[in-house]
Amino acid sequence: MSGEAGIVGTSVPRLDARHKAAGLARYSDDLTLPGMLFGAIAGSPHAHARIVAYDTSEARAVPGVIAVITGDDFGWHRGGGHIEDETLLAKGKVRYVGEPVAAVAATDRKTAERAARLVSIEYEELAAVLSIDDAMAPDAPIIHEDFESYHKKMPMRCAGNECWTASVAEGDVDGAWGECEVIVEGTFETQAQHHLYMEPAAALADVDMNGKVTMWSPSQGVHYSQHRTAQVLGLPMSKVRAVTPAVGGGFGGRAGPNVQPIAAALALACGRPVKIVLSRSADFETMRSRHPSRIRLKLGAKRDGTLVAIEGEMLFDGGAYADESPAVSSFALMMGRGPYRIPHVSIRGRAFYTNKLRAGSFRGFGNPQSAFARECLLDDLAAEIAMDPVELRLHNAMKPGERWLGGQPVASCGVIECIEKVRSRMASDRAADTAKPAPGKIRGIGFSAFAHISSFLSSGAMVQLVEDGTIAVNTGAMDMGQGADTILAQICAEALQVPMEAISYAVADSDTSPDNYKSVGSRTTYTTGRAVLAASNEVRDKIIEHASEMLECAAVDLELLPGGRVAVKGVPERSVPFAAVAGRSLYRTGGPITGTHTFLFDGPPFDPARARLEGIAFGNMGAYIFGAQAVEVEVDEATGAVTVTGAWVAADVGRAINPAAVEGQLQGGFVQGMGYALTEEMVWDSGRLANPTLMDYKIPGVLDSPHDIVAMIVEDPEPTGPFGAKGVGEPALVGVAPAVRNAIANATGARLAKLPLTPERVFGALRQR
Amino acid sequence: MAGELSYSITVNDADHAVAAPAAATLLEVLRADLALTGTKRGCDQGVCGACTVLADGKPVRACLMLAANCTGVDIVTVEGLGSGGALNDLQEAFVAEGAIQCGFCTPGMLLSVTALLDERPRATVAEIRAAISGNLCRCSGYTKIVEAVARLTGALR
Repeated sequence: MSGEAGIVGTSVPRLDARHKAAGLARYSDDLTLPGMLFGAIAGSPHAHARIVAYDTSEARAVPGVIAVITGDDFGWHRGGGHIEDETLLAKGKVRYVGEPVAAVAATDRKTAERAARLVSIEYEELAAVLSIDDAMAPDAPIIHEDFESYHKKMPMRCAGNECWTASVAEGDVDGAWGECEVIVEGTFETQAQHHLYMEPAAALADVDMNGKVTMWSPSQGVHYSQHRTAQVLGLPMSKVRAVTPAVGGGFGGRAGPNVQPIAAALALACGRPVKIVLSRSADFETMRSRHPSRIRLKLGAKRDGTLVAIEGEMLFDGGAYADESPAVSSFALMMGRGPYRIPHVSIRGRAFYTNKLRAGSFRGFGNPQSAFARECLLDDLAAEIAMDPVELRLHNAMKPGERWLGGQPVASCGVIECIEKVRSRMASDRAADTAKPAPGKIRGIGFSAFAHISSFLSSGAMVQLVEDGTIAVNTGAMDMGQGADTILAQICAEALQVPMEAISYAVADSDTSPDNYKSVGSRTTYTTGRAVLAASNEVRDKIIEHASEMLECAAVDLELLPGGRVAVKGVPERSVPFAAVAGRSLYRTGGPITGTHTFLFDGPPFDPARARLEGIAFGNMGAYIFGAQAVEVEVDEATGAVTVTGAWVAADVGRAINPAAVEGQLQGGFVQGMGYALTEEMVWDSGRLANPTLMDYKIPGVLDSPHDIVAMIVEDPEPTGPFGAKGVGEPALVGVAPAVRNAIANATGARLAKLPLTPERVFGALRQR
Repeated sequence: MAGELSYSITVNDADHAVAAPAAATLLEVLRADLALTGTKRGCDQGVCGACTVLADGKPVRACLMLAANCTGVDIVTVEGLGSGGALNDLQEAFVAEGAIQCGFCTPGMLLSVTALLDERPRATVAEIRAAISGNLCRCSGYTKIVEAVARLTGALR
């Protein structure tokens, strides 16, 4: 299904790049409305406490304060993903330090902040649960006493502070150990990482005289924002509208509500627009993090490297509210076997509530944790049987047509090509680099292979032929910088063979865009892209139908010509332009030409005859994507500091709609993954986040990153994807941490098991060699 | 109003009369008083670099500058780079190379690089990396940003 118009497969400039370069793209804090007020939030000082009483009188008395709201002003309306456990503001209890307890709207930001500090709340402190072990303790304080009564998308019975449990099994693991000639086991721990999108969380909300509230904010799904806001306000969704202006990064941090519901509630209370912009510290303390995890994994194989069995338990620290814990823990299990043939699998997962910031969606969604444990253990196995770690992976790597864990056949699978490309390119680049490491520094290389999905749930698209022959596209998908707008416009332009300038791509708006389940899970290119392609083809068919009457020629004898024309095949001078077709449809016969396509992901389902799945919070998922990562590191033996001096990644994306955009994802994901591997860690000190600033939470700058991040695109077309395309956003990060750990092991012999691989930890491991 | 200072600052070659509290930062005045929202607030603590502007040709953090101390200083923001609705060569290079993803770090990056190119029009890759070492980007991995500038300076063909 290759494109002839030359748009798909070309690195066309992004639709919004010029605007952003000019500084004219408007993000949420750049927007103002007449009469706008500023909102500020009062957060809980305690990790776990009952709310006894509120006193807002001092706050209300501050000149310029228009409204003060607390949890008492709202009913017990809970919202959430799989588990509805969160109210708009804390109600009855607070469950993490910084949890929004009250909010103030005032005529200026400083007044609002001052008044928020004057809201006086009486608490009865409760013992706090601050780790997975705390949460599992038999006498642990219970964080959600009403868990049984919460509405859940799937029935789930949990004990104590468990928030979700799940398991996946294939074959017979217990029986399989007997077949294994070598068994390795390890326990791996990973940390809370913060998305650190450069634009802090914000929302501007306005109300109309019918009580309908509109919110402009960075989010990863206008319909999801609309739904979650309506849930916690206790309003029908017809009274809530969500729009996204320019969004300064997402990475999953915007996949759940940020401050939209609070801004909406203040706007409703004041009858005026209210804007809330979080400080960087407040963003750290109140949004969401990646799930910390502890994963025990056991791997059995033959001496020749053939993998036989994998068994383990994955524990996730979900923080104070469930957010995406059910889906993250489920997904980590489903990715647990990785892109390898392993006939016997048994992995259990448990997620726990703790009195810390909620953990939620973050690029990789449980896969970085799962892949870290597995890819490190694979290298440990390779060392045990004295086999090259790349050969071990190639020996077991999946081939097209084989089945993913859960039984789904995978038609498009380029993992072998990815591994080979990465190995060979790294080898040739290193051979050409004659510089020796400085004294006291040792070099090593490390590999990983990984897979991910790029479709689940539903998307829709509407395409319209405009009166002058140009095209309008509306999808509800959201561009947080990854380039979705451009890619979806490219798909439409290719299908209709018009130039990019002829496409008008609509801003996502819950009032007018088809429902699109969030731009998450690397799903937009495949899922929304499929909807765009089908809707565009429907428009093409209708155009051709008109043209066949206009040209008095059978439809099968007509073809599209580049530039928006329909012509008789082989007779280009017998043609009509799109504008003529549009005019005919609008004024003579037929009505406006539109195409619509919506669908729920319809790939091959899990197979209960092959796999036993329990508590897996996905009805179906697929469009599997594959990749391999290699890094070269330099370890300073005196300090334990690790520098990544080279990076190579190959990703099988089916078809690169926009190659530069794919490279951008691979390179950006690499650096974010490098932060996860080496320097980033949210640290809690007795329930309070100790490092909520960029000074104390270190993300990589350019000098921390290798000169070259070699990003190689592999294309094994996905038959059901738009022009063969699948996604790429998340796998870019998934393989980095294990590759770095494996490179450190290669350089020094030290096999670490805990992220991040800080100098202190590396140094400690070096001393123990 | 009590506690306010009145002064004039020069931004992008235009003089602006400002009345703002003494503690107002240049970032606050640019964005709120002058409605020049291209300069971004990423951390308000001087770390991320999203608020980078030029002060007499040198890159500075607008979030750490008091606006009242900027009288007599030539301030350049991202809005002052192009002209007449057109982008300058540096901005075009960013667009062409795919160096812009979410765009939030872009204004600060452009200003840091502008200061570099004014001094070193044939900057090397190492000089480019040093010049943007104080500008954090979470989307791009920095690769295409460096490549865009390097193509412009001839460090990369």
